[in-house]
Amino acid sequence: MVTLTEDGATPGGSPVDTSVAAERSPSRSRLVLRRFLRRKPALIGLVVVVLLYAAAFLSPLFAPWDYAEPDYTAFLQPPGGTHWFGTTKIGEDVFAQVMRGLQKSLTIGLLVGLISTSLAAVVGAAAGYFGGWTDRVLMWLVDLLLVLPSFLVIAVASPAFKGQSWLIFVLLLAGFSWMITARIVRGMTLTLREREYVKAARFMGQAPFRIIAKHIVPNMASLLIIDATVTVGAAVLSETGLSFFGFGVQPPDVSLGTLIASGTESAITYPWLFYVPAGFLVVFVLSVNLFGDGLRDALDPSAAGSRKRDKKVKKGKTGKTGTGAQA
Amino acid sequence: MIGFLLRRLANYVVLCLAATFLAFALASATFDPIAILQQRNPPPPAAVLDAKRADLHLDQPVPQRFLTWVGGVAHGDFGRTVTDRSVVEELPRRVGVSLRLFLIGVVLGVGFGVLLGVISAIRQYRLSDYLATLFSFVILSTPVFVLGTLLKQPAQGFNDLIGTNYLQTLGEQTPGFQGSWFASLGDRLRYLIVPTATIALGQIAYYSRYQRSAMLDVLGSDFLRTAQAKGLTRRRALFKHGLRTALIPMATLFAFGFGLLITGGTFTERIFGWYGMGDWLITGVVSQDANIVATVTLFIAVLVLVSGWLSDVLYAVLDPRVRV
Repeated sequence: MVTLTEDGATPGGSPVDTSVAAERSPSRSRLVLRRFLRRKPALIGLVVVVLLYAAAFLSPLFAPWDYAEPDYTAFLQPPGGTHWFGTTKIGEDVFAQVMRGLQKSLTIGLLVGLISTSLAAVVGAAAGYFGGWTDRVLMWLVDLLLVLPSFLVIAVASPAFKGQSWLIFVLLLAGFSWMITARIVRGMTLTLREREYVKAARFMGQAPFRIIAKHIVPNMASLLIIDATVTVGAAVLSETGLSFFGFGVQPPDVSLGTLIASGTESAITYPWLFYVPAGFLVVFVLSVNLFGDGLRDALDPSAAGSRKRDKKVKKGKTGKTGTGAQA
Repeated sequence: MIGFLLRRLANYVVLCLAATFLAFALASATFDPIAILQQRNPPPPAAVLDAKRADLHLDQPVPQRFLTWVGGVAHGDFGRTVTDRSVVEELPRRVGVSLRLFLIGVVLGVGFGVLLGVISAIRQYRLSDYLATLFSFVILSTPVFVLGTLLKQPAQGFNDLIGTNYLQTLGEQTPGFQGSWFASLGDRLRYLIVPTATIALGQIAYYSRYQRSAMLDVLGSDFLRTAQAKGLTRRRALFKHGLRTALIPMATLFAFGFGLLITGGTFTERIFGWYGMGDWLITGVVSQDANIVATVTLFIAVLVLVSGWLSDVLYAVLDPRVRV
C-alpha cells in the first residue's frame, strides 16, 4: 500500500506518471502488473480477449467445417452434431462463418485502435506543443469532425469504396475516431510543455518533433495504451454497425456485422443465426471494456473512477473528465 | 458571460455550415445517381439522362451546387430528391418523428443515468453498485441494433402475457389511425415504448458510468466534509453541494452523448421501421441522393451544436467560476 500511495500522490493529480520508484520499492512495471492482477473482472476480460483472438485465427485449423463449404445435407439446422452452432439456409456452418467474421472484425478493431491512437497522439501533441495557429487550426478540425458523426461520414463515403479493399474502410474508421483523444492529449501536452526536462531539451536545441516523440508522447504512454484498448472495442462496434447496413465490409468478406444483419430477420424463427454472432460481438466488446477499465486503474490510479482509498491521498481535481468543448 | 455564449454561438454556426458543406461535397463526389438510372432495362435514351443530369445540377462544379443548395435553404427550399420529390415537404414529418425519439430518449437517459450514477457512488461496493456497473458495462458493449432486436423478445412476451398486441415494434403509429388527438397520442405511445427504451438504456448506461466517477471524486472532497461539519445533514450536503459539483463534468459530456444518441437513433429507426431522419439518411445513401444527405447532415449538425451550446450554458449555470 505504501508504494500505491506514493504513486497516487503525483502533484495535482497530474496525468503524467512520474512514478520514480524509490530504492527497494518494486519497479513500475511490476507495480502495474500487481495492481492489474488484483482486479478480477479485468483479468477475465484479458483472458477472454486473448481466447477470442486465438479462436478466430486458429479455429479453422481444427473446426470440422470450412466457412466456404456448404453442407447440402443440412439446411437451417439447429446447433448440435458436427455443426456446433447450426447451419444457415444454404447449409453454411455457422461456427465457421462466425469465426471468419470474428477474424475480420477483430483485425479491423486492432488496426483502427493502433492507427487512431497514433494519430491522436501526433495531432494532440502537435497542437499542444506548438500552440498558436497550429493549435487553433487543429482544434477547429477536431471540432468539425466531432460535429459530423463518423457514422454519417463513412456511410456517405461508402459508395466510393464499394468493391475496394477493406483496408480503406479501416483507414476511414481510424480517421474518424481520434478526435476526443487528441483533445485529451493536447491538454496534457500543455502541462508537459512546461516541465523542466522538456525545456532542457528545447534549450539544447532539439527539433520540436524529436521532443514530441522522445519526451512528450512517452510520458503519456499509459493514457495512450488505455485509449488504444478502448478504441479497439469502439471500432468493432462501429465496424459492425456500418456493416450491418451494408456500408462497411462488403460481401465476399464477412464480418460480425454482416452476419448479424443477415440473422436479424430470423431472430425469432432461427435464433442461432442471430444470437451466435451477436453473442460473440457483445462478449468481445465487453471483455475489451473490462480489460481497458482494469488497465486504467492499474496504470493511472489518479484517474477518475479509481478506488476511494487511493483517492484520499491525492488532493485537487483530476483534469480528465473535463475534456470537452471548453478549451 | 453573454459575450462568451454569443461567441460560442457564432463559432457553432460556422461549424454547422462547414460540416454541411463537407457532407455535401463528400456526397456529391461519391454519389452517382445517374448510374442507377442507366441500369434500368430498357436503358433510357441519352437525352433523358442529360436532362436528369441538368436537373440535378450534376453538370456544375460541386461548390457551385452547394451554393445553389444553401441559397435555396435560406428560402426554405431544400432541393428535390433524385426521384423528383420536394425535400422540404417530407422534412417536418421526419424531423418530428426523430425529435420525439431523441428528446424522450435523452431526457429519460440523463435523468435515470444521473440518478443511477449517484446511487451507485453513494453505495459504492455494495450489491446495487455492482449490479449498476454490470448493467452499464453490458449495455455499453451491446450495439443498438442488437439491443433493439433483443428488446423485441420481452415486448413479445409481454404481449402474449396480456393477450393483446399492446406493445408495437414496427412503425410509429397505426396506419390510417382515426380518432381524437388524445386517442392518437395513446396509439403513438404503444409504438413509442420499445424504441424509446432501446435509446434510453444506452444513454442511461453512458451517463451513469461518468456520473458515478464524478460523484466519487466529490465524495472524498474537503468541501463536502466542511459542509457536514458546519451542520448540514449528509443528505443535504450531498445534494446541495455534492451533486451540483459532480454535475459539472456531465455538462461537457452531454455534447458528446448527443452524437452517440443520433447514431443510435439511426439504428433504432431502421430496426423499428420509423421513417425519421436517420432512416432518411440511409435511404439517401442507398439512392445516392446528395440533397437528402445534406439536409440530414444539417439537421444533425444543428442538433449537435444546440446540445454543445446547451452544455456551455449548463456549464455556466452549474459552475460560477465560468461566469466571471
